[in-house]
Amino acid sequence: MNEKLLKSTERKEQLMLTALTIPALISVTLIIVIPVGWLFTLSFIGKSGDFSLENYQKMIVYKSYFRVFKTTFNVSFLTTIFCILLGYPLAYFLSQIPKKFVGIFMITVLLPFWTSLLVRTYAWLVLLQKKGLINNYAIELGIWETPIKLAHNLNGTLIGMIHIMLPFMVLPLYAAMQRIDRQTLQAASNLGANPFQAFWQVFVPLSLPGVAAGSLIVFILCLGFYVTPAVLGGGKVIMVSMQITAILEDQFNWGAASALGVVLLVTTFIFLLLASRFLKLDSIMFGRS
Amino acid sequence: MNNSKTSALAISIKNLTKSYGKVYALDDVSIDINAGEFLTLLGPSGSGKTTLLMAIAGFNRPDKGSIKFSNKEMILTPPHKRDVGMVFQNYALFPHMSVFENVAFPLKLRKISSVEIEKKVNEALKTVQLSDYFQRRIDQLSGGQRQRVALARAFVFGPRILLMDEPLSALDKKLREQMQIELKQLHRQLGVTTVYVTHDQREALTMSDRIAVINEGKIEQIGNPKEIYNSPNSTFVADFIGESSFLPLEKKKDFLYYSSEKISKIKLSDKNQKWSLVIRPERLSIANKSYKKSLSNIHFSGEISELVFQGETALALVTLNEGDLLSVRLSTKSSEDFGNLSIGNKIKMYMDIKDIIIIPLK
Repeated sequence: MNEKLLKSTERKEQLMLTALTIPALISVTLIIVIPVGWLFTLSFIGKSGDFSLENYQKMIVYKSYFRVFKTTFNVSFLTTIFCILLGYPLAYFLSQIPKKFVGIFMITVLLPFWTSLLVRTYAWLVLLQKKGLINNYAIELGIWETPIKLAHNLNGTLIGMIHIMLPFMVLPLYAAMQRIDRQTLQAASNLGANPFQAFWQVFVPLSLPGVAAGSLIVFILCLGFYVTPAVLGGGKVIMVSMQITAILEDQFNWGAASALGVVLLVTTFIFLLLASRFLKLDSIMFGRS
Repeated sequence: MNNSKTSALAISIKNLTKSYGKVYALDDVSIDINAGEFLTLLGPSGSGKTTLLMAIAGFNRPDKGSIKFSNKEMILTPPHKRDVGMVFQNYALFPHMSVFENVAFPLKLRKISSVEIEKKVNEALKTVQLSDYFQRRIDQLSGGQRQRVALARAFVFGPRILLMDEPLSALDKKLREQMQIELKQLHRQLGVTTVYVTHDQREALTMSDRIAVINEGKIEQIGNPKEIYNSPNSTFVADFIGESSFLPLEKKKDFLYYSSEKISKIKLSDKNQKWSLVIRPERLSIANKSYKKSLSNIHFSGEISELVFQGETALALVTLNEGDLLSVRLSTKSSEDFGNLSIGNKIKMYMDIKDIIIIPLK
């Protein structure tokens, strides 16, 4: 009895819940889906204005396109690796100190976000360039004699990118680390593992999902990055984002630019898909265990 | 498998003190645990029993005192060098390893050959009846199975001391009772000195050779289960173990009286003025029509204020004529006892004078 009433009440509730998503759906559709969809169709329009695959064909044929993608992946990959190397000890420290101190140190990790990306990038330029602060002080103190080229090259780009991406590595890493049950490490110790062994055999393996999550975020953010490589790369580090800008500024070729954008988008999606298959992203990102 | 009882270690703890700020988790605790015995640290939450266990394991550093394993001072030894087996309350299994790898972990650290490791792990898993589970991941196991893996991992490397921190508290009642028996059998088989922490007094009475009752960082009483149950030396122990009713006693010359009932003889020189009579509910019987008053019994009368059916037995709360409350445990088998009773009935009760427990109130 009451079956129909109960069912219709359930359906009404579900509908109301779904209705809550409508504002978000509309915004996403208007702001993202439609413009990106438009760009997607543009990528199939050649110089002459007709439908063609020439934009995609160009990518396979011209070596310059290949180099751009190679640089983009290199920079993203290297940035991710260095973020792991620098971010892991920092996240470990945060996860081991008494909880009351975490707040203060977390502020230092998040402080860079208070400054705009552009300002941070130019700040690095001020520090790294030939007549920048680092070179000036080093020469004055006699650490080295001739200015080292720290900016307008790959090194400068990497330094800037690592600095900017570090919080994105530290936060998910810290989240994963502090979820590691302290008793598990105590058990390892009790069973005969010295602190070094407990760290490498128990703690590190259990922190790997956090490393994976942080790496994924950093890598994907790097793929599409524009400002930092543009300013600190000195024209020698050309990422996909910069190539897109160049095509638009020089040739007004929306088709070619869109094609590059589409390839970047598809690549990102593939990475996310692979990651969701092999990693338990649910538990890392949303804390579900 | 190590069956030799002589290789178990005795634990000698002297004047162990651990404070966190002004709170004393352990307050000058001294206890000698015999080699091979099953000793339970029994107490309420926050009593210090876990702190004491952790101190033995090396996971906290006491402020002062001594912990010796068979005359070897261990208090400065780090936990990974103490060679004690430990079962944690939440099992603390390694989630990234299989059952086999978990149990093999302590053996690998001790650089034992893989052939030997396989043999020992399989033996251990067989003992806890998990032989078929060695490939499983930890998250595929039930609570009871995880508990057994934790157990196997704790004794597989032949430690001479086993520590257990409320290992059965997360299990349901039936499983818990089953595991209590299995743990007891395992203890007999291994012959290892076992220190067991629990707040469940029934568990303590079931499993232990001796029980140390702990409250507020101090050991109140140590003894075998019978001693602790029949001769508690303080209100706390009497109250914590088993159920009890407390009746105030009056000292008249060299006897203790409850109202007009003579309870016990004491020395005139005894300075204690206030005494308490502790009565276990199951020691009381209801005086029915055929009862004849006996000098070897003490008697009470009152009115039933509450009747609680609890399955195999029932509990009657009786308000005595003097106003105090007494709990009586009744069998639900005979209808004379339970079936005919209801709230408001006036009843008379008696109890063998040998079953009385008197405690001085400090």
